[in-house]
Amino acid sequence: MSTLKLDLENYKELLQEYIKTQDEQALYQAEQFSKQSMQQNISPEEIINVHIQSLQELYPEMPDYIQASMNFLLETMISYGLAYQEHQSLREKQLELKSEISVAANMQKTLLSTVKPDVEEVDIGALSVPAKQMNGDYHHFVQDGKGSLGIAVADVIGKGVPAALCMSMIKYSMDSYPEMRMDPSVILGSLNRVVERNVDASMFITMFYGLYNSNTHTFSYSSAGHEPGFYYYSDRDEFEEIDVPGLVLGVSPETSYTQYQKKVEKGDMIILLTDGVTECRQGDRFIEQEEILHVIKQYSHLPAQETVENVYKHFERLQDFHLRDDFTLIILKRNV
Amino acid sequence: MNLTIDVTNKENVAYVVLSGEVDAFTAPKLKDALLPLTKEEGQTVEVDLHNVNYMDSTGLGVFISALKSTKEYNTELKLVQMQERVYRLFKITGLTEIMNIDSTVQGGMQ
Repeated sequence: MSTLKLDLENYKELLQEYIKTQDEQALYQAEQFSKQSMQQNISPEEIINVHIQSLQELYPEMPDYIQASMNFLLETMISYGLAYQEHQSLREKQLELKSEISVAANMQKTLLSTVKPDVEEVDIGALSVPAKQMNGDYHHFVQDGKGSLGIAVADVIGKGVPAALCMSMIKYSMDSYPEMRMDPSVILGSLNRVVERNVDASMFITMFYGLYNSNTHTFSYSSAGHEPGFYYYSDRDEFEEIDVPGLVLGVSPETSYTQYQKKVEKGDMIILLTDGVTECRQGDRFIEQEEILHVIKQYSHLPAQETVENVYKHFERLQDFHLRDDFTLIILKRNV
Repeated sequence: MNLTIDVTNKENVAYVVLSGEVDAFTAPKLKDALLPLTKEEGQTVEVDLHNVNYMDSTGLGVFISALKSTKEYNTELKLVQMQERVYRLFKITGLTEIMNIDSTVQGGMQ
């Protein structure tokens, strides 16, 4: 109580000074006073109460109607006081949630982490940057030790925490497949059944799954409604969209996926991405496909990891360093 | 950018006219408007996307849940007058194969 009393004295003096001088300085002090009061969780109606008491002490002859109007004001402000209290407790809760989410984001990073494999025959570059704290994009490398390299790129629709949880589910079902069943069409077919059974109706997952055989240099792949990647033919110096049909995961349990195969020549590149790349915007303008390919081409003489990093930096700059969507880009280049 | 949703009913058809952008911000509003319509047995829900110049994957999610709901409640969903950019999204995701989508596609309106 003693501090409030002190505040009352203080407020009374400030008020008296202002009424006398109408000085800016006193107004500034009033602002400081309100800031301090907020720090001490003093509600708006308490300030009005202090105001009334100060007036009474300064002007004992204060007319009744002013006194009455002040009481009226006091009553009116009570709801604001309650709202203020609620605001305070929400702010505390928000801080709590924020720290919980950052713990979850770290866990996700650990759970979903994938090691970019070191393969002599293929130069691999991979980059995934979340737009918010948790990443809805996902990529995963699997090696079977016999020269096969599996690559999954996925985008969970529905963003944020639910999407991230869903991604963990996918990763664990993928980890549980036996190595001899790494055929892209088989993997997508069985993931589709997992997602269809377990995920909320408006959530779905797009995924591209590719299998690179470094003995025969063939690339087999299937797509579940995923943003098309590109294939670069080094002999013709041309890009081609890897546009293959396939329904997104989690919509229809009977869906099956077709598997395609390509022979990869020396210097050829396989470019896999998510729609965070193709949906880049500069102001209101969408980035055209040619522009993306042009940028990739511009950096393609570099090692694959440097290529993807430079492409990312280019689009990050173009969008004023503000990502709208998670951005994932993977490049595989045949070395030898 | 906002999304406006106009619904008119004629016999067993609910005509839904959308204009604006369907993205993470407007998708919940669309979901609230669209899903109840798919739950009235025997009804066809026709969505006009003529004035939708942008849709992201969250918007797609709304149409997927609407489609699932039509199967559950024995109703129908039909999408008409899609712009090219929006159509591309349905095409990539394979949804053009399983959804009733009018093939008249509007050229890229900016």
